[in-house]
Amino acid sequence: MSAWLVALLQALLYPALAPLLVGWVRKVKARLQNRRGASVFQPYADLRKLLIKETRVAHTASELFRVAPYIVFVATWLAAATVPLVALDLPIAAVADIIVLVGLLALARFFLALAGMDAGTAFGGMGASREMLVSALAEPAMLMAVFTLAMTAHSTSLQSVMAHHLADGFLLRPSYLFAFGALVLVALAECGRIPVDNPSTHLELTMIHEAMLLEYSGRHLALMEWAAQIKLLLYGVLIVNVFFPWGVGANFGVLALGSGLAVVLLKLLVLGALLAAGETVLAKMRLFRVPGFLNLALLLALLGLLSHVILEVGA
Amino acid sequence: MSLYFALLLAGLAVVLALGSAGVALFAGREPRILRVASMPLLGLAGLATTFAGLFALLGDGSASTTLPLGLPWMPWHLRMDALSGFFLLVMGLVTCAVGLYGPSYVRGFERGRDSLAALGGFTGLFLVGMLLVVLADDAFLFMVAWELMSLSSYFLVAFQHENAANRRAAFLYLLMAHIGGLAILLGFGVLAAFGHGFDFDSMRAAELSPLWASLAFGLAFLGFGMKAGLVPLHAWLPEAHPVAPSHISALMSGVMLKVAVYGFIRVVYDLIGQVQWQWGVALLVVGSVSALMGVLFALMQTDLKRLLAYSSVENLGIIFIALGLGLLFQGTDHPTLAALAFVAALYHVINHALFKGLLFLGAGAIQHSAHERDLEQMGGLLRRMPWTGYFFLVGCVSISALPPFNGFVSEWLTFQAALQAWQLESGVLRSLIPIASAVLALTGALVAATFVKVYGVAFLGQARSRHVRRARPVPHGMRAGLGLLAGLCLLFGVLPTQIIALIDPVAELMVGSGVPQAGAQGWLWLTPIAPETASYSAPISILLLALIAGFAIWWFRRGKVRRIRRCDPWDCGFAPPDPHMQYTATSFAQPIRRVFALLFEIEESRPQPEDAAPRYRLKIGDRAWGLLYQPVARAVESASRRVVKLQSGNVRVYLGWTLATLLVLLWIIS
Repeated sequence: MSAWLVALLQALLYPALAPLLVGWVRKVKARLQNRRGASVFQPYADLRKLLIKETRVAHTASELFRVAPYIVFVATWLAAATVPLVALDLPIAAVADIIVLVGLLALARFFLALAGMDAGTAFGGMGASREMLVSALAEPAMLMAVFTLAMTAHSTSLQSVMAHHLADGFLLRPSYLFAFGALVLVALAECGRIPVDNPSTHLELTMIHEAMLLEYSGRHLALMEWAAQIKLLLYGVLIVNVFFPWGVGANFGVLALGSGLAVVLLKLLVLGALLAAGETVLAKMRLFRVPGFLNLALLLALLGLLSHVILEVGA
Repeated sequence: MSLYFALLLAGLAVVLALGSAGVALFAGREPRILRVASMPLLGLAGLATTFAGLFALLGDGSASTTLPLGLPWMPWHLRMDALSGFFLLVMGLVTCAVGLYGPSYVRGFERGRDSLAALGGFTGLFLVGMLLVVLADDAFLFMVAWELMSLSSYFLVAFQHENAANRRAAFLYLLMAHIGGLAILLGFGVLAAFGHGFDFDSMRAAELSPLWASLAFGLAFLGFGMKAGLVPLHAWLPEAHPVAPSHISALMSGVMLKVAVYGFIRVVYDLIGQVQWQWGVALLVVGSVSALMGVLFALMQTDLKRLLAYSSVENLGIIFIALGLGLLFQGTDHPTLAALAFVAALYHVINHALFKGLLFLGAGAIQHSAHERDLEQMGGLLRRMPWTGYFFLVGCVSISALPPFNGFVSEWLTFQAALQAWQLESGVLRSLIPIASAVLALTGALVAATFVKVYGVAFLGQARSRHVRRARPVPHGMRAGLGLLAGLCLLFGVLPTQIIALIDPVAELMVGSGVPQAGAQGWLWLTPIAPETASYSAPISILLLALIAGFAIWWFRRGKVRRIRRCDPWDCGFAPPDPHMQYTATSFAQPIRRVFALLFEIEESRPQPEDAAPRYRLKIGDRAWGLLYQPVARAVESASRRVVKLQSGNVRVYLGWTLATLLVLLWIIS
């Protein structure tokens, strides 16, 4: 029973912490650009404001437009809930493995893109078309990267992968390095960060994710934004916890969970700072440079998988 | 015992289908007959087929009988086992939906000039042909039924023959079907020569040397692969499937392609028997190419039914990837893994039948009420025909392999089988399988893009033409047909353990091993290999999704600002958006077209500034035509031009040739 409680707690931590990570990235970015920036808690205030504002829907939009935010939010959240945040051995792992996680994210993206096309404006279709291009190239790379991990651990369950990595100790596997590189590139693309997409732009020619949300307002927009924040946190946790699983809670004691939370927060702060630094030094790419970027990710992931099956099987 | 009952039911289905064809002959005089008698009989035949399949799957062993028809020394052998039962189930479910959908749909043809007797008659014969292929237990009946299936579907493709393009498509289909049929016949010839008999029992007993076995496999792969529309032998499929009436397209894509898969499994697993892993490699390569090329071409199409036909190429590719994995594992002595891959393939077979049937029927519904097949003219249909729209959405989500619908389960199982590649000894195979799974992942993502395009352009946004703006909801019967398939898509997605338990006897029969672990943790948990290796709980996922979504909707609507105000969409402060400003199907696909430009033959002409009437032209061709079909056609043509020289028109010369041929043949055999 306590296992399900911890799983529930962890599931609730994702939406609770997600705005904080975004706030932290923005703060560091502002500092790096010699600005003071808003408080790290600003995203919470934004969400609250959006939630109590009146919601407007275009005349041309159908029912799907109003349902999509809920589907996107819930699918993203459920995907996140399966990623171990503070502890291992949670029963939710049996509900969904890594492939289901990728599938749930794809479900969210499917409805996000459809919602973008629903109002019948040029921007929405443009955003949807570009989003599907990016995801078409990013998803195989993502799956190949997680397959590398799954084949090493002989399991597609994220917890088993982490447990296997923990048991391995500080063993340096070439396949992990490749998979790590691929997953970082995929995470940048999937979360719509620079250099693939710019989350703070509303320039017609460059936006992808924002173009699909252009028609949204009020609580619908809040849910969409929140889902995007959860997705960023999800990828962050995936990177820090799968490749650097040390410090995650070993049992369900208060101490272990507390230290697990503290360690993962620390890891996320470092990752967020790195992301902010990366976004400060890099510029956004042209859209048709993105396939090259993502092909690199796919290549890295394939190299990881091949180096695993050729070099490491049986080792 | 239940197997005999199943066989009896299947016989009843054949009789009903024949009856459906028979009464349709009178539809020329009284058009109503097609609607009130022929289509309902077809639906009943589908129902009988479904139950025959279910009884066969739940029963044990096999049942066979002979009919005093056919050649004097060779009566027709019929046999029912789990494999036949499974494919009967696939056939029956789609036919039931067609039976519900058909009566209102064919009404649209009543005022046309096309022959209703031909439509109803050949539809019934088409079903009879498919049923007999699955039931046949000797090569003779199999080929007769196969030809019946091919020929009757040829007439259905040529149904609206006033259109030259339709006649051309039908001829191409006939040609390819016969080349394929020839390869199958030769394959049976090899087996019959070693087994000394044309019935399947003697073929099973035949001892083939590896070389001859591989030859028989190659011929079967060629013949059945051509029928299944595998690249590069797919060219007929996107031509033929769209031009038939939509309920026939659903049967052709949903069921007839599966009959080809049945034939392949029957010949390779059952009749040849001694599986070699190299065959798996061939399947894996061809399947991967088909899946990727199929989806890329689907993405480029603007004709809805053509798009769906290309997507069938892709799905058959996925099925053959899974079958290839199965052969690979079986050839290297991993029976449990082989069974897993085999079950994944069969799961995808039934899934594809369900969602492709649904999508083709949905396309038919659009054609029925909006008279449009071209995506570029559609838009906003969700508000004109909401039920069709929601059912079509289920089809789109299912085919895009998204949880918690059925397409996801089979793709998940295929990935799980591929992830067991580490158990293989050969390093080459270990690295080949991940590449195939990368292709599968890329395919999956591109399918999602394709169906976002389809749904977004057809059902969302604003109507792009006047007749689409005037579309009206379809009659209840058509809605019921769509609803049946949509419900089954969800059911097969949510209850995978039960479905796998149903498929398991087929795997035990063909592969010699089942997947006993799949439901070992209870019906909630799908654990194909072991609970710690992989597990997925579709019922709990959908429960959580529904619970949280319900809670979120309640939570966000309970406040003071629950009201939603309607307003104009954002127009950047310029003119209000009109339907022509929307992204079209072509523009949606443009980024992906540009990225994969090398794989297509693109002819594009952009409007110039000085053009009086600027037009943008885009033609996307299939490289397979230039690389394979045209050279073959040219070779055939030049060969026949040489043969023409023999034709002097003088009967004495002809008699001379005949005599010479006879002498040469006598010399060879003596």
